Amino acid sequence: MSNATALEHTVAAEAGSQEFLVFSLGDEEYAIDILKVQEIRGYDNVTRIANAPEFIKGVANLRGVIVPIVDLRIKFRLAKADYDDQTVVIVVNIADRVVGIVVDRVSDVMTLTAEQRKPAPEFGVNLPLDYIHGLGNLDERMLVLVDIEKLLTSEEMALVEEASE
Amino acid sequence: MDITDFYDTFFEEADELLAEMESHLLELDVDNPDQERLNAIFRAAHSIKGGAGTFGFEALQRTTHMLENLLDYTRRGELALRRDIVDTFLEAKDMLNDQLEAYRQGGEPDPEALERICETLRRLALEEIGEEADVETAPTTTSKAPEPKAAPVASASGGRFEVALLEVEDKDRDLLIEELGQLGDIETRDGDAERYRVILSSSLSADDIEAVMCFIAEPEQLEIKALDVAPAEPAHAAQPAAAEAASATATASPEPGEAKAGGDRPPAPAEKAPAKTAKGGESTSIRVPVTKVDQIINLVGELIITQSMLNQVAEDSETLDDGALVNGLNLLQRTARDLQEAVMSVRMVPMDYVFSRFPRLVRDLAGKLGKDVELVTEGKSTELDKGLTERIIDPLTHLVRNSLDHGIETPERREAAGKPRTGKLTLSAQHQGGNILIEVIDDGAGLNREKLLAKARSNGLPVSDSMSDDEVWQLIFAPGFSTAEEVSDVSGRGVGMDVVKRNIQAMGGHVEILSQPGQGTTTRIVLPLTLAILDGMSVRVGTETFILPVSAVVESLQPAAGDLYAMAGDDTLLKVREDYLPVVAVHQAMDVAGAIDEPTRAIAVIVQGEGRRYALLVDELVGQQQVVVKNLETNYRKVPGVSAATILGDGRVALILDVADLHRLSQSKKENRIFGNRSQPLQKEVEPS
Repeated sequence: MSNATALEHTVAAEAGSQEFLVFSLGDEEYAIDILKVQEIRGYDNVTRIANAPEFIKGVANLRGVIVPIVDLRIKFRLAKADYDDQTVVIVVNIADRVVGIVVDRVSDVMTLTAEQRKPAPEFGVNLPLDYIHGLGNLDERMLVLVDIEKLLTSEEMALVEEASE
Repeated sequence: MDITDFYDTFFEEADELLAEMESHLLELDVDNPDQERLNAIFRAAHSIKGGAGTFGFEALQRTTHMLENLLDYTRRGELALRRDIVDTFLEAKDMLNDQLEAYRQGGEPDPEALERICETLRRLALEEIGEEADVETAPTTTSKAPEPKAAPVASASGGRFEVALLEVEDKDRDLLIEELGQLGDIETRDGDAERYRVILSSSLSADDIEAVMCFIAEPEQLEIKALDVAPAEPAHAAQPAAAEAASATATASPEPGEAKAGGDRPPAPAEKAPAKTAKGGESTSIRVPVTKVDQIINLVGELIITQSMLNQVAEDSETLDDGALVNGLNLLQRTARDLQEAVMSVRMVPMDYVFSRFPRLVRDLAGKLGKDVELVTEGKSTELDKGLTERIIDPLTHLVRNSLDHGIETPERREAAGKPRTGKLTLSAQHQGGNILIEVIDDGAGLNREKLLAKARSNGLPVSDSMSDDEVWQLIFAPGFSTAEEVSDVSGRGVGMDVVKRNIQAMGGHVEILSQPGQGTTTRIVLPLTLAILDGMSVRVGTETFILPVSAVVESLQPAAGDLYAMAGDDTLLKVREDYLPVVAVHQAMDVAGAIDEPTRAIAVIVQGEGRRYALLVDELVGQQQVVVKNLETNYRKVPGVSAATILGDGRVALILDVADLHRLSQSKKENRIFGNRSQPLQKEVEPS
């Protein structure tokens, strides 16, 4: 993590608010730290990788860089995972890697104040508490604040080679 | 900016200087040394000393200083070269390498080793010159010495001299100067009654000058010191060697206070000199980190892909009749290709970079083994990717050691066999298509077929007497195989040839052996020129495209039903001429849906990887093209059966198959199917929690 990012975190924390990119998976709304997002692009030309977990859709060419594409809808066991014109890939920068995550829709960039962020209760096995910053409360909407770095570098995502290998 | 920022530059330069010094030392003809070479060796030592002084590497400075003094004597012809002296110089050079490495690691060189080498050099200086080589103890020539003859300067004849007259009366001084004027040309004169300096260039020696002067003045009143010839007047140099010294110590212009410092090479100018000597040949090149070059290569690769995408769009669209667009695209294509070639050539370095380390190795080894060996190198200018040259050194070293140890016979045995006493070892490199061919050729005894077979049997390898020579030669690549009668410290432990083979295969190449009993052995290494680009064959399986390295492809054919044999239910063998090859269907190994399942309708590509030959079933051969190799592990991880990825003309990613790994993958998949999932589960079986 660069110093600049760390610094911005501090600044944001002092102000008590933080910016998030909000996206939806099916009917659920999630949000990730905007500072981790590199770009947003359409879903196309993904080359399948054999013998990989189902949620790893394959690799794509991002201006000459080979980037793995993860479908969070499959990972979170959502009922549907369709690919259409609306399907979007959020390219994130985590742990010196570039990874694309497939989501149904990107809706917003939101600033959440400290009061709007609530601790997450223990729920579902698909998304253990470790990978969640908390919940965001926006009027009627509930956002799940995902710790995308922790999630994507976790062993079960099988994105990063384990140290033993 | 910290001085340590310059360390790396110094280390690299010193490395190069040491390598240069070594190659000159090795090529030095002891009986008739080439003056230019001696000068070059001296300059190298001098430059390193200067740098070492600047950065405060004391051990390095001390060693180079002593070496430099000795080298100075040799180049002035005052120390006759002998083989053992050259050996000592080489030893000192090795020590410098060690010291440099220690400093590079941020440590200090081994003080014992330093003492040892200093002692060796000191002894050499004492024995050969009768003088200490160390600066601390070096006698300071004529300064106030009642017997100036003992000083080394006395033996020097001709050149420039600084004559100092101490407390000489005015009239005597005029007389003396008049005398001096008759002995040679007076360049400058200044000073006062206490100390009057005259710079004289003369063809006489210091002794002679003093002898003349002594008629007028007392010896105590005189100080005569030899100076290096100024660069402006090399013509006055009585000794050609001295002229060379001028460039290295040009800054040695005399200063009044220095007169007492003595006649030894003044160490002061050393700091300035290396800049001059080291940079001399480099003014037209720049040092660039490899990562920067790689970045450019990557970007150019992208440019090529974008350009071919544009071409495709133009072809598909209706603007094709737009002549200007087509012309522009063609031009872009040509320029992009040229650019790619130009950029790739930046990574290329001549094989000389590799070959230059062998003269020393051969010399030392031959000496140790008691053999006479002449090393011949051919194709030194053949270029190879820098990344590969570094990785080829170890395998090549091993092959050269082997040739010297097992291949070339002792002089006696050679004579008995009617061959010249001196064995010949040839290292050659040449381009062949997109490959480089590197050969290690010896004119030794050749491989012994019977011995190899016997050894293979005792090692429990499956061999038969009917095996072809080629197959027998391949045996030496088996792990733990050595036919040397006894284990020497050179080779013979049997670890090595298999490692050599593995290393070369890891570089995408292969090794061949040709051998004639009594005539010698040739080991041929075939390598791709670069790792950044690969000659690929694109194949289609279902709707997916994969790339096979062309180097791994032997042939391709459409299997006939009669040539396919089922084995153990699940396995299939394909009979190709006399061989039964296992069949691996790409669509099974890589889980491709919608591929041709019926082998007789598919294409069998016979591939070879890690010495294993098998048939790969694909739907269609699409074509052959050069592809830019992209690492999958940068953002993802190692994928079984895949070595890397590339980007196709349409911007899609295609996986490059790893032929050897694909076979393993197919095996383990079959095992999993039959015996259940017990050994290392594939990623698919990793259940998300």
